[in-house]
Amino acid sequence: MRREIPLILTAFVGFTYILQFFIPHAPFNQLDRMLNEWIQVIAAFAIWLGALNLMKVSLNKVSRQSENWPFALITIFGFLLTVIVGLFLSGGRGYQSPGTGFDYIYRNIYAPLSSTMFATLAFYVGSASYRAFRARTKEATMLLLAAFFVMLGRVPIGDYITAFLPKGYRLSDFATWIMNYPQTAGYRAIMIGIALGIVSMSLRIILGIERSHLGGEE
Amino acid sequence: METGFTFANTLAALLTIGIISFLWKDNLLYKICEALFVGVSAGYWFVILYYQNLLPKLFDNLGITQIFGGDPGEPGALQVLFNEGRADSRLLYIFAGILGIMLLMRLLPNIGWIARWPIAFTVGTTAGLYFVSYFHSNAMAQLESSIIPFTSFNNIIIVVGTVTGLIYFYFSAERKGVLGGVANVGIWFLMITFGAMFGYTVMSRMSLLIGRFDFIFATWLGLV
Repeated sequence: MRREIPLILTAFVGFTYILQFFIPHAPFNQLDRMLNEWIQVIAAFAIWLGALNLMKVSLNKVSRQSENWPFALITIFGFLLTVIVGLFLSGGRGYQSPGTGFDYIYRNIYAPLSSTMFATLAFYVGSASYRAFRARTKEATMLLLAAFFVMLGRVPIGDYITAFLPKGYRLSDFATWIMNYPQTAGYRAIMIGIALGIVSMSLRIILGIERSHLGGEE
Repeated sequence: METGFTFANTLAALLTIGIISFLWKDNLLYKICEALFVGVSAGYWFVILYYQNLLPKLFDNLGITQIFGGDPGEPGALQVLFNEGRADSRLLYIFAGILGIMLLMRLLPNIGWIARWPIAFTVGTTAGLYFVSYFHSNAMAQLESSIIPFTSFNNIIIVVGTVTGLIYFYFSAERKGVLGGVANVGIWFLMITFGAMFGYTVMSRMSLLIGRFDFIFATWLGLV
């Protein structure tokens, strides 16, 4: 029963979604709307589960005083501070308005930390490209050239060094052409491949052939 | 944004420097900033999901907000049931709430298996939704846009690139002869795509980095 009911539930909601696409009338269109709302509620609980699990792991670390436990304490402090300020001290539904405590945390703690975290990836991408871009084969050379022209075409120096060429033939135009045609063609092939993969995997899940999401036997 | 050495700017600048300091080596300041980032991010999404999903879609619809003195503008399903004696269709949201609470049972090892029900619901919904939407908007719509006349060099590039790229993903036959040659052309197009996407990603990361340096040198220190 622990596996059969979830399998039936998966098949039922999966087929409901597929049916409402082909029969967009009552009751299928109403079911579709309702399931969409339900999934948003469950998604919120899923994020809560993740956050509460983080707290559980961090509290365990602190109580056992395992390695690096003071950092777990900082994590707990950051979580509690944001939740308490956001839920109780930021004026309810207007919690994101300028001047609220939650907005202060967002602008001065969350935004600087997240944007810097992503910005530092530029350096790691750079060092990875050093290894990947050595033009050893024809394919690697094409990868290198495409990246080189797109990067150079997106900054002012690209047009500056090709200023002797007529407008429409400068580096920024070439970068735009790469993005609009060869890149679009390759990207379409990838997107069609992904779509076909997702369609076949969805069908496997709905029919109960793919069951890995239910975990191991318990 | 206010400029200069205000408390808020100094806090944001120290956190920025703390994360950037990892480029030198893993250090105490970075570890503090990283731990704080993890906690604040979890808290941020906890609050956002409460106000954007749980409050309007679950608590307001059921009438739980109204029981605790909140006023979302209209009576909830529970108020309609007890005051007017009729069952509102919004009462069905109680099942979404039950599935959500069942998901939280994952935190309790002995009854964690109960979480399979909401997981099955979520996976089934996503599979059904993606089955239709990906087939419709990605596979069919992309194919439709790729079937174009050979009236210009650019059109030829689009058609040849898409077809040869798709042939590269065809693994059911050995790659030799004509199929091998066509698949090789597909590899070239895919390499150009990956290179262009890489270049684009690097530039977006660089613009984020420039934004942070602009904050430190212009907004905080006032040097620029």
